[in-house]
Amino acid sequence: MNLLEVKNVSRAFGGLRAVEDVSFNVSVGSLTALIGPNGAGKTTLFALMSGFLRPDVGQIFFDGVDITGRAPHMNAMLGLTRTFQIVQPFASQTVRENIAVGAHLKFARRDEAFSAAEAVAERLGLYSQLDKPAADLTVAGRKRLELARTLATQPKLLLLDEVLAGLNPQEIQEMLPVVRGLVENGVTVLMIEHVMQAVMNLAQHVWVLAQGQLIAQGTPSEVTQNPQVVEAYLGHGTAARLLKSQQVTHA
Amino acid sequence: MKDFSAITVFVLLVGSIPFFTESGVVLNFVMMALFACLLAQAWNILGGFGGQFSFGHALFFGTGAYVQVMAQVHLGCNPWIALLLAIGMSAMVGLCVGALSFRYGLKGSYFALVTLAFAEVFRIVALSVAFTGAGVGLMLPLRESFSNMQFASRAGYVWLVLGLVTLALCTTAWLRHSRFGAYLQAVRDNEDAARAIGVDPFMVKLWATVISGALMGSGGAFYVQVFQYIDPGLAFGPHTSVEALVGAIVGGMGTLWGPVVGALTLHVLADVTRNLFGQLPGINMVVYGAVLVLIVMFMPSGISGIRFHLFKQPSKTPSIGKEQV
Amino acid sequence: MFDLSILFASVLNGITTGAVYALIALGLTLIYGVLHIINFAHGASLMVALYGVYFLREKIGIDPYLALTIVVPAMFAFGYVLQRGIINRASHGKDENILLVTLGISIVLENLALLFFKSDTRNIETAYTLTTVNIGTAMIALPKLVAFIGALVVSAILLVVMRFTFLGRAIRAVAKEKHGARLMGIDVDHVYAMCFGIGSACLGAAACFLLPAYYVNPMVGSGFVLVAFTIVVLGGMGSFVGAFLGGLLIGVVESIGGLYLGESLGQVGIFIIFIAVLLFRPQGLFGGRT
Repeated sequence: MNLLEVKNVSRAFGGLRAVEDVSFNVSVGSLTALIGPNGAGKTTLFALMSGFLRPDVGQIFFDGVDITGRAPHMNAMLGLTRTFQIVQPFASQTVRENIAVGAHLKFARRDEAFSAAEAVAERLGLYSQLDKPAADLTVAGRKRLELARTLATQPKLLLLDEVLAGLNPQEIQEMLPVVRGLVENGVTVLMIEHVMQAVMNLAQHVWVLAQGQLIAQGTPSEVTQNPQVVEAYLGHGTAARLLKSQQVTHA
Repeated sequence: MKDFSAITVFVLLVGSIPFFTESGVVLNFVMMALFACLLAQAWNILGGFGGQFSFGHALFFGTGAYVQVMAQVHLGCNPWIALLLAIGMSAMVGLCVGALSFRYGLKGSYFALVTLAFAEVFRIVALSVAFTGAGVGLMLPLRESFSNMQFASRAGYVWLVLGLVTLALCTTAWLRHSRFGAYLQAVRDNEDAARAIGVDPFMVKLWATVISGALMGSGGAFYVQVFQYIDPGLAFGPHTSVEALVGAIVGGMGTLWGPVVGALTLHVLADVTRNLFGQLPGINMVVYGAVLVLIVMFMPSGISGIRFHLFKQPSKTPSIGKEQV
Repeated sequence: MFDLSILFASVLNGITTGAVYALIALGLTLIYGVLHIINFAHGASLMVALYGVYFLREKIGIDPYLALTIVVPAMFAFGYVLQRGIINRASHGKDENILLVTLGISIVLENLALLFFKSDTRNIETAYTLTTVNIGTAMIALPKLVAFIGALVVSAILLVVMRFTFLGRAIRAVAKEKHGARLMGIDVDHVYAMCFGIGSACLGAAACFLLPAYYVNPMVGSGFVLVAFTIVVLGGMGSFVGAFLGGLLIGVVESIGGLYLGESLGQVGIFIIFIAVLLFRPQGLFGGRT
């Protein structure tokens, strides 16, 4: 069953075609990734999907409902939320209060929201920091907080925008099972990632975006061996050169 | 809950003052101090909790004042009914101004400028239109009685304004413990992040403007009952706008007691200045302005703004963010 | 309704007033375009300059146009010190703080003036205050004509400075890319203060041109603030040409509005334009950056 359907979506900024005729489907319960070199249009695509931007052309369906151009908060109510590349905590509030804002989508009462927030915090290893001001967290902590806040809305689909960016190798190792745990608990996840280790480790299916267009898709190993993908990341002719050097070493 | 017990204690303490003294000076001081608190609290709802700085809050004050007077003088309304009308009209103005501003995405400096412009427009219209008494203003005829909301002794007014202040305090406390308040502060701290998790920034900011405007309007209505006179300058002039915002900022934005502390501090400061330098025109405002500059320079979180950071990027200036009480 | 010659006179009046408005707005545009701050103290600074010109004339007998040589550098220093000493230190990196600080400064300045000079409106009388010049069928007061020409000249000088001097290039660099400019060795704090100084100097010039045809009282600044902001927003924040043309337009609108609606309501027209521009076309008529 397709939870998210993106159909021929395009978006330009002036003369720059950030996203061009992109179509793909995300099936329910999957953990998938969107990769591509910098400037490929991945975050723009996320913005289009979550409602922060309106597509010029095309449609987006979520859970069978046409959400093209709908405001982000309405999409959140339907179960589609996103995190941001640069973490954005509510700086003047504590961790508990931060997560509670998300929980309030499901719970109107403050005490219920707080309880839900505490439960989510525990799942993400933030329990001990519930009363800390969000501004005092480390980058890794803030990433978890952002994740917790979005999880508190009980989403069906979570768009993670480079959730591993800025983390050291240890922190990445600690975050991987957290992300996997999300899917095990019933949330469909689509992540933008540059950290290949995570993509190889976690993703069941990968889409590759380059210069606004979808150039390849498949399993992680299929995609990383695709010469077009290599070219997109490393430049024109690299694929051929790599192939040649492989042949040389094999010989 | 802690907030409501504190409010109850506050109300009982202040409300009992008229039983302990008949001194007109003391009661007048208490009344004006509470009046200042009311204005600051009203501003705090939109500015402190909502993060939208209005520089023209006199817009709502003047609306409330004029409606209060006009309802009685032109329509023969009972003042208590007029109060409801005044609050209602101010809320309506808040609705319109808020809807316009937020529909078109005004934020920060632009929002401040627009509110200032609206206040000026209202002032000029009030100055030019006979219905509002034009430049001469409007007077409320003297007729002391409870049903006419005019009291022989200051005590009556003290309790009246205390009632309004209590309303403001309870509203603020509700903000601190409700979903709406959580949403409002989330929008203040980071609008995009809030949108991503289901908060509708437009509605939230709009209602904050309505509530803030309504409370400010009640202050205007109160003013007219006490001084029995209003004119365009008093109603919509910058003095009131400034008093409201400086009180809230000095005391600490986004807190329950900050505006009370701030307004009281400023009021005391103004009184002290008056005693030291006599009744010099403008000396009050000089003090307000200087205090504003100093607070923003050295104590941006205000006197009791424990958790409100005036800095958007906590990672850039963590030490300053922790400097408060 | 009114015959053409009255309309013509009104338009001409509006243009001359508008030119001075433009001069005031130019300073604000520079400050906004480079520092990206809304300077609420602009009006109060103008008031300070006007009082300066007034007292130079009344106490020392210096003609306002001669006073240019004193007031302009004095206002420059005033602006420089204000920015470097207070505003810069209070900003803590957030726009709202600057908004509040400049508001505070304007309150202090206006009320200090109220304290020292009382609320009386004062004006000066010079040999040429009542002289008029005939342009077509209209009679324009000479001081207003001089103001117009003066505003043009100052604007031209400003443009030349911005285009052709090192300072101008440094200012434009900082406006575009603060950190890059710093890396190139440009002292950004100094540039900021210079901009503020130049903007205030423009006010000094405007004051010298304004006083012979106008008046001064402590609240005169706040009257100009919103008009100046309207012009800056209308012209497209950061565009000099836009601000100048916007100033002329506003001057004409105010003049014609005053003709048909009476002085007070004519002012409302300006504020309505202001609100409308902010809401519907915040990039102004001449667009540029928002």
